[in-house]
Amino acid sequence: MTSRRGSHSPAGFGKSLPERGLLLLVLLVLLEGSVLPLGAAGSPDTSHHTKAGNSAGNGTGNVTHKKAFPVLSLDYHHIQTPFEISLWVLLASLMKLGFHLIPRLSGIVPESCLLIVVGLMVGGLIKLAGEEVPPVLDSQFFFLCLLPPIILDAGYFLPIRPFMENLGTILIFAVIGTLWNAFFIGGLLYAVCQIQPANPSNLHQLELLPCLLFGSIVSAVDPVAVLAVFEEIHINELLHILVFGESLLNDAVTVVLYHLFEEFSEVGTVTVLDCVLGIISFLVVACGGVLVGAIYGILAAFTSRFTSHTRVIEPLFVFVYSYMAYLSAEMFHLSGIMALIACGAVMRPYVEANISHKSHTTIKYFLKMWSSVSETLIFIFLGVATVDGKHDWNWTFVTVTVILCLVARVIGVVGLTYMINKFRIVKLTTKDQFIIAYGGLRGAIAFSLGFLLKKELFPLREMFLTAIITVIFFTVFVQGMTIKPLVELLAVKKKQEAKRSINEEIHTQFLDHLLTGIEDICGHYGHHHWKDKLNRFNKKYVKKCLIAGERSKEPQLIAFYHKLEMKQAIELVESGGGVKMPSAMPSTVSMQNIQPKKPPLAKPVERALPQLPKGREEEIRKILRSNLQRTRQRLRSYNRHTLVADPYEDGLGDLLIKKQKMIELEKKIKDMNNYLTVPAAPPDSPTMCRARLASDPQAYHTKSVSDSVPAIQVDLASPQSPDSVNMMDEFRRAGQQQQQQEDQGLTMRPPSRPGEAGGARDPQKLTRCLSDPGPSADEEEDEPFLEEAKGD
Amino acid sequence: MGASQTRSDHEHQHLTDKTGFSLEQIKNLHKRFQQLSGNEETISKEDLDRIPALANNPIKKQIIGAFFDKRNQHQDEVGSCDEIGFEQFLMVMSHFRPPTLKTTDEEKEAMRKEKLRFLFNMHDTDNDGTITLEEYRKVVEELLSKSGAIGQEAAKAIADAAMLEVASTNVPHMAPDDFYEGITFEHFEQILKGLEMESRMHIRFLDVDTTTMRCGKSTS
Repeated sequence: MTSRRGSHSPAGFGKSLPERGLLLLVLLVLLEGSVLPLGAAGSPDTSHHTKAGNSAGNGTGNVTHKKAFPVLSLDYHHIQTPFEISLWVLLASLMKLGFHLIPRLSGIVPESCLLIVVGLMVGGLIKLAGEEVPPVLDSQFFFLCLLPPIILDAGYFLPIRPFMENLGTILIFAVIGTLWNAFFIGGLLYAVCQIQPANPSNLHQLELLPCLLFGSIVSAVDPVAVLAVFEEIHINELLHILVFGESLLNDAVTVVLYHLFEEFSEVGTVTVLDCVLGIISFLVVACGGVLVGAIYGILAAFTSRFTSHTRVIEPLFVFVYSYMAYLSAEMFHLSGIMALIACGAVMRPYVEANISHKSHTTIKYFLKMWSSVSETLIFIFLGVATVDGKHDWNWTFVTVTVILCLVARVIGVVGLTYMINKFRIVKLTTKDQFIIAYGGLRGAIAFSLGFLLKKELFPLREMFLTAIITVIFFTVFVQGMTIKPLVELLAVKKKQEAKRSINEEIHTQFLDHLLTGIEDICGHYGHHHWKDKLNRFNKKYVKKCLIAGERSKEPQLIAFYHKLEMKQAIELVESGGGVKMPSAMPSTVSMQNIQPKKPPLAKPVERALPQLPKGREEEIRKILRSNLQRTRQRLRSYNRHTLVADPYEDGLGDLLIKKQKMIELEKKIKDMNNYLTVPAAPPDSPTMCRARLASDPQAYHTKSVSDSVPAIQVDLASPQSPDSVNMMDEFRRAGQQQQQQEDQGLTMRPPSRPGEAGGARDPQKLTRCLSDPGPSADEEEDEPFLEEAKGD
Repeated sequence: MGASQTRSDHEHQHLTDKTGFSLEQIKNLHKRFQQLSGNEETISKEDLDRIPALANNPIKKQIIGAFFDKRNQHQDEVGSCDEIGFEQFLMVMSHFRPPTLKTTDEEKEAMRKEKLRFLFNMHDTDNDGTITLEEYRKVVEELLSKSGAIGQEAAKAIADAAMLEVASTNVPHMAPDDFYEGITFEHFEQILKGLEMESRMHIRFLDVDTTTMRCGKSTS
């Protein structure tokens, strides 16, 4: 829609949009800054009023003072907390919106930096207004509300295969790397603090244990910051999973070290026994977290098996079980992050086999939405908390910390990679090591952990916080901003955008079996062997328990193929009947090109038709035919948004398995007519013209429309109903259709009839009508269906 | 005893140059070979068939067939043998060596080609240089054979779709009457180039003797 207006006045409108965006931003910041102190000021006022009212009432004794009935009153206190929360969330979201309206900015500066700056501005405004800055980055709030959505999003969509293949490397980086960082930074800081004979500062009172505690807080790579920055640079999968995996798994180490040093700071000394207990504690924390997560994951998978009648609350189970896994782990001081990751990763394959397509979309979008909002809020609050906190700037301490962080990271990565490369097949090159080292960003988790420190035990808490904030700012701003140009400069391999093809899937499976077989012939139990054993166990026992219905027996290859078919069907519908390419390569190859030549049939012209395998053709034909019936009884105007809700939404998986049984039934019809036919409408009717747009053979060929997957051209010409058919609903309903109406169907025109185009229509125009929503003279006579399709 | 030791060492030395394995690895594989063949000079298809762990493998026949396929011996011969000796056994195994840190890019390319050739030979059973639709269908059917009776239609549909994809990626503009003969080796390379065969298609060969160590920890 906007494009139409845009085409009329292109230059002026477009130019003012970024400026408007900027204006909007500034306005919002001012608004936010002013409302919050107003809110804080408002509540004491109202309470003051009530107090005054009470005292007045008591003072006059028995005389009941009748006030006039308040027509309009202001009671901010009543709604204060939810209102402020909503205001913050709104601000965060509008900021995000604003950044993307200004294109040049979002290309240079990563979003996280911009958000911190906004936070700084808001905090500054609040301070200027003289009000007290609300303690927004309250550790409770952070760890219980802001962090879980991000981690769940990461865990649920974790690419399992690369993660497992690189698990050894990731664990080494996470555990040993973090330990190295913590001790190196803590130890050296202590040493540096001690050598200041000339000017005795309060640094001297810094003990070793607080230093080590500080080291452990500041050494952990932060998943939020890594996600925020790495998402924008589209780096190759290996590096992404290494850095990201490390940031997730080092939580266990951080938790243990933090508690360990915090406990012992009181006592002051650490014995060997404590160290041993610490190691045991680490194992308990890590494995316990994973176990808790796995248990909740299995519970969620099991629950989802029974949700076929209450599809609406399916996403809820996913979210609630995961959150409870996190809380349960935190309850026992286990690693909540690892619990969340384990829960998401364990439940995903089973839940996705059970839930409906819509629930899947819901889960995906809710997770993305929540994690996006959380991330935005975290960065803004970081900015606000910076302005607010009492800072204790100590040049030595801060600069040494920053330098040590960098140095420790580099040495750690280089040293560990040298060791790891002895065991890896795909070795990590120097470029890879550089990116891994450079991508070790610190973030809000470090700040919150520092915030949790008690002032009595750590007199230098403010100095710690200042240093932590400086490190965070340095890594996020400097490293975050420069990593993108560096990636370009070093020509690091980027993420391959190509979608997974069916050939790759077939061969991945083939390779798995082949390598397992070779290992068996060699006689040793390598990791292929164990992987194969796990898969077989999974198929035999676990899937039967956790997946409902017939999907439990579906092999992975077929599941993948069905998913692909679904995607193509959706794309087919969305492109309004034209054929769109899943992988952007136009091709005129169709099924007939690969079928071996059959002996010439009686009617070779019509035989040139089939563009999809027989099974699909049967299915689609059946669906469309049966629903053409229903279409005639439906609403006159077709509007995608007013579709009748489908009460019979069934699992697509079951449907596609049932279709096998339907194929036998269809064999009779197949012999009768090789293609679906319907009495053709008179050539001038708008229906016919519309139909020709959809299935015109010339458009098909000259547009070099892609056909790498079997596609069908549907002629919706029908004299009675101007309605069109919703293909998606058809697929779902196909499972229930048993009747065969042989005289009503749809025409699939063979593509090789040159005279069909109708001289008036230029193929180029047709192309434009189909795929490009631009103004065109043909659109005066639009039917609602095409309008919708073009409006997309 | 001593003489036969040095003789077999000498043979093994010759094999290291030919196949690229280390002496330790060759010794271990030789032990395994002896175990499989019952201490004879050659092994036959039945010997490999008897391995219990292979029973669950859906493509067992193809794997065993690959060992006896002369095309995998790099000697420009075709057909298949009934029995193979240790050297042929090693030649087939050498297709599964991983690249090392010192492998140059050209060597990696050559390795990838070699591994892809091995896979291609496994699919192209009639040795005409192309994988036809029938052969590809057979491959998918075998893959799905152990996974229960979902039916032949699914396998056919998947194979057809895959073939279509190969055709349209490699030969985008075909007239309606052209016929795509089959997947040639170049097309095969093209569609699988995203998988990075040289790093995927490998197993860890042992430097330690499995028969004495139960758990088979690998250190290659």
